[in-house]
Order: sequence, then structure tokens, then C-alpha cells
Amino acid sequence: MKIHEYQAKRLMQERGIAVPDGRVATTPDEAVAAVRPLIESSGVPVVVVKSQIHAGGRGKGRFQEHPDLGGVTVVTDGVSGGPEATEAKVRALAERMLGSTLVTVQTGPSGKTVRRLYVEQGIAIAQELYLAVVLDRASGRNLLMASTEGGTEIEEVAEATPEKILRETIDPAVGLADFQARRLALGLGLSGDALANAVRFMKSLAAFARDMDTDLIEINPLVVTEAGDVLALDGKVAFDANALPRHPELAELRDETEEDPAEREASAYGLSFIKLDGTIGCLVNGAGLAMATMDTIKQVGGEPANFLDVGGGATTENVTAAFKIITRDPAVKGIFVNIFGGIMKCDTIAEGVVAAVREVGLEVPLVVRLEGTNVELGKKILEESGLDVLTASDMKDGAAKIVEAAR
Amino acid sequence: MSVLVGTETRLLVQGLGSAGRFHTDRAIAYGTNVVAGVHPRKGGTKLRFEGDVDASGVPGRGARFEVDLPMFETVRDAVAATGANASVVYVPPLGAADAILEAADAGIELVVCITEGIPVQDMVVVKRALQGTGTRLIGPNCPGVITPHACKIGIMPGYIHEGGRIGVVSRSGTLTYEAVKQLTDAGLGQTTAIGIGGDPVNGTDFVDALELFARDPETEGVILIGEIGGTAEEEAAAWIAEHLDKPVAGFIAGTTAPPGKRMGHAGAIVSGGKGTADAKIAALEGAGVVVARTPSDMGAAMQEALRVAGRA
Repeated sequence: MKIHEYQAKRLMQERGIAVPDGRVATTPDEAVAAVRPLIESSGVPVVVVKSQIHAGGRGKGRFQEHPDLGGVTVVTDGVSGGPEATEAKVRALAERMLGSTLVTVQTGPSGKTVRRLYVEQGIAIAQELYLAVVLDRASGRNLLMASTEGGTEIEEVAEATPEKILRETIDPAVGLADFQARRLALGLGLSGDALANAVRFMKSLAAFARDMDTDLIEINPLVVTEAGDVLALDGKVAFDANALPRHPELAELRDETEEDPAEREASAYGLSFIKLDGTIGCLVNGAGLAMATMDTIKQVGGEPANFLDVGGGATTENVTAAFKIITRDPAVKGIFVNIFGGIMKCDTIAEGVVAAVREVGLEVPLVVRLEGTNVELGKKILEESGLDVLTASDMKDGAAKIVEAAR
Repeated sequence: MSVLVGTETRLLVQGLGSAGRFHTDRAIAYGTNVVAGVHPRKGGTKLRFEGDVDASGVPGRGARFEVDLPMFETVRDAVAATGANASVVYVPPLGAADAILEAADAGIELVVCITEGIPVQDMVVVKRALQGTGTRLIGPNCPGVITPHACKIGIMPGYIHEGGRIGVVSRSGTLTYEAVKQLTDAGLGQTTAIGIGGDPVNGTDFVDALELFARDPETEGVILIGEIGGTAEEEAAAWIAEHLDKPVAGFIAGTTAPPGKRMGHAGAIVSGGKGTADAKIAALEGAGVVVARTPSDMGAAMQEALRVAGRA
């Protein structure tokens, strides 16, 4: 589960991780109201107005409605014009940004609507760094990654100058040790107060990752101020969905407007669904088989309209919901149900499909391939239903049949 | 012969909710020697399983089975009373890591965790805790392990399996069934089929499983089924090139998966240009593995690998 930057920073602040002061705003008035308290507390006549969407690349992104305007703007009008000038500029920016569509490298061409802004105090930056906590699958442990190339996408750094990425693997029985944090901070060229502050920052961040079950924490940039303070200027946090039941306080941070409606509905039914661009709807059990079904459809000349794994514990009701989500997509010209029952029983799938077709009808060809647990029972249910179903002997046969039928 | 499990396996079950009970029933019907169940509030009771035996399982049994499975409060009690040497975990996600740790603490040699949806940080702790112990973990989020006609641990349908010459190791449950069925249909059969699971942090990995199959004299060839995400397939390819003189076939799911999208399994994601199917296929082919282009061709790929090695 992803959250917004302002939410991530609030969570970090609660755990003693240094972030700049800021206020969230959903209207131009709220944005303007944030200006004076921020300037008074920081003593710096500069604020930053940041679009809050679940995608990176906001600074370089542009609004569809205002091609000259980026998703993050530093307001320096107050340096010569005083707080009134800052407020006027923030109002003008907020009026243009709120409700407009921001397109970044990560949003896709359709962009995302900006519904919230984060107004933050300006920081006198001496140095921009990169810091992240990610899972290292090879060791099965969390990994703290740091680089001097703050502000740059880490993939680009890994490509161009991999030696600039420093790593420390965290032993879960120990946590991030002081010497490890020190080694990283020294590797980044820090000294004096900045070194001590960076060590404290890293240790708190590693503990945050463990305690809050994050999938990813990325601080880019992590900034060092001229006074030697170390702060998260940006903060991207994603949580492990499997661990959310033990963090009930995170439920309210979920922003459903940022999620695809079909994917959201699917997840409510315990389905794993991802919308794709093709015409063949797929209903499959098992993630590996679902991926392989997409691959096979492509190999026989079709394009999958979705990835859909009904999972092992699906009920007839879940299967019916899955079928409806697929048929609702107007791009779908044919449906391929591919089941190899193990924990999933073929009769459950067959009942779900029959119930869905009875309820919403069937306007496109349907190919069903059943194998595994209770296969005979499943086939019997389909036969006795009288539905117009094509059957397939194996996956390749089924994929070929549905691609042909959908032409 | 076989690896990991056989007629000597004495299985206990942790987690006897509806799924755990259903698959325990199927395992007993197959002929698996299930000796105990563990439930903290049902110690001292017995759980009855009865029905028709699964004819595809252990041979030489009657037509019906009746088992009164003794229940224990702790794994340690169950081991002391029954001599269990393997455990299968069906405990729900937030309790599953603790169940694995309890089995390891009781000295269980083989723990097979079926549970899907365990938090990653829990598995980070489990993996660390199992280091240096005598416990081997299979999974989590896996179909389990089966040696045909001897022992079935997990959720796989028994009837598709047939004893034979090929070791199966897979990250995906349902694709394991595809491979197994094709090996059975091709008359090759299986020595043992191991599902290692689709999570980013798991117990036994591809290389561990390949080592087991390399040492098993009955295993003449191995089929390896991977998917996008991580580098486990690349590590397996390097090990195969260096150490394995048995023919290997493979399949990688996710050629068409878009980057940045998690394809169901927590571990199946292409990110930062890493973990693509193409890179994995290239690594395996570089190690001499015959890689099937579609999952319907896995059996044929195994036959081809055996033919190339002169063992068809």
C-alpha cells in the first residue's frame, strides 16, 4: 500500500526522523494559511508547494492544463516582497494545481489528478543524498542503500555509476548497528554534526522499516543543511499489504482515489487483478499459471486484457465477482478460464462462472479449461448448465481457441 | 528413491481449520503417514478422518481409511508422543511464522509452510532464526512436497503424479501441476516434486533443491519452473553450469508481464529493469537448460533435455 509524501513525513516525524515543517492543503485558502506559520518557524522566507499523488517524478512532471507548470514549485517571492508576496504566489499556484492533471514518468500519459498540496518550509541545502531501505531478496534481509547522488533516480545511478551506491545489510536479530550507519555516513563524506545526525537518522529509518512492515522507504533527496542538520526532503513509503492487519492505524491513510477502481474492487474480493491493454480476458488460479496464460495468449497471436489470479481460497461468490470484473471491460472480446485445481476446486470455479453468466449474460466467446481437484464435478456443472462454453484439452489449445474465436 | 519425503516421513499438522482439515484428509487418503495435529486449545482430543483411499497414492492399502488423529497443545508434546519428523503449516498468515519457529524449536527436520500472505518481515526473522538449526523450511506460499506413491504433504492434487525419473522444483503452485501432469503423460514420472513458493523470502531455494536432486541416484533429470522477479533463477543457472551433470529443462512465467506491477505473488515483480523473464531464460539456456517456450511444452522440453544428454 502506497501513501502520500505528507503522510509518510508525519509518520517519520512521530518516530523522531527529521523532516521539514509542512502543512497539507486541499483548497487555495488552506495553502495560503500555511505560509505565515512556516515562514515564522523557519525564519526563511521561502516555501515549497508540492503536488501529492502516488507517483514519482513530480518535479519534472508537467500539468496537462498548464504545460509550463511543474508538480513541485519553490516560491522565493518572499525574499524581496515579504510574506504577502509569498501568499499571493502560493494562492495563484494552488488555484492552478488543485484539480489539474499531473503527468510524470511514473503516472503514464493519462496522468493523475492533484487533490492535495503540501506546503513546506524552504531549506538551505548544503548537500543532497539518497537513502533507502529495501528488501534484499538474495540475503532475505533488509538493506540500507545510500548514495551521494541525491535527486537522481537510483536506477540511473545504478546504471551509470554503480560504485556510488553504498549498502549495509541489516541482521534482523541486531538491527542496524551503529558501526554500519557510521560506515555509510563516512562513505557519503559526512563529518562533524552531520555525521552524528546521519547515523541517528539511519538507525531510526531502519527501525521504522522493521516496526511498520514497509515494502520500501526511499528518501530522495536526503539533505544536509549548512548547519549540519540531516532531513528527509522527500519521502516515499510503501507498506507490505500482508502486514496491514497488525497496523490498523494505517487504514485511514489509504487514498482510494489513487487506485484503479477495478483493481480496488478485485482486492475487496481477495482477487489479484491487473488491467492490461489487450482483448482476451483471463480468469486463472495461481499467479504463475496466470502469468503463463498471458504469455501463451500472446504466443498464439492474442493480447491479454488482464492478469487475474482468483487465489486458492476463492468461493463461488469471489469467482462470480471476478467474471463480472472481466466482462465489464468493453475491450474484452473473449474470455479464457484456465484452472488447474489444487487448493482451488474445479466445481467452485464452474459454479462461479455459471452464476455470473446467469446474472450478467455472456456476449463474447468463452473457453474453459479445467484440470485438477474435482475436475469431473466441474465439467459436469458446465455441461448441465447449457451454457455456450468451448472446452480445451490444455492451456495452449485453450489459448488458440479463444484467440481464434475472438477474431 | 526420492528426496525430502517418503514412507519414513511421520507428519504432524499445524493449523487444522477448514483448509488444513480438507488437505489433511486428502493426505491421509493418499497414504501419507500423518501422526499428530497441534492446536493450543484442542490438546488431548482426537480428530477423525475417514473415507475412500486415493488409489493413486501409497499402494497395498484397503479401500477405506479411518484415522483418529491425536491432537496436542504444542509441537514439542506432539514430537515427544509420536516421533513426528516433519510438519506442515496451514496456520493463518499472522501466526504462521510463529508456527514455523515452534516446529524448528521442537527439532522437526522438515517444515512445509503452505500459508500464503505472511508478512515479509516475519519471514526475514524466520530465515535468520533457522540459520544453524537442523530444520529445513519449504515455502511459504507453496503447494508442498510430494513423492508419488509414498508421501503427499500439501495441497497438490495427488492423482496427476506418477513415480518416475524426474525431479520437479518450482516457484509456482499451479505451474508445478502443469509440469507434473505433462511428465506423467510423457511416461517420465517424478521422483519428488518440490514447490518452493512464490514469496520474496523463503526457505529452500532452487539451488538447495538442485543439490538434493543431484545427490539422488533415481533422479535422472530435473525440471525447474521459475517466474519473474529476483535473481533465484540466475543463481540456479550458475549452479547448474558449475555442478550439475544431469539434464535440466525449464520454464519461466511472465514474459509478457509489465514492469513495476506485482503479478499476484509478492515475489513476482520486474523492478528497476531487474528480474525479467528474458534475462532468466538467457541465463538458463547459457547453462545448457532446455527452456520451454510455452507451459504446454514443459514435458516435451524435458524429453528434449534427456535426448540431448543421451538419456532419453
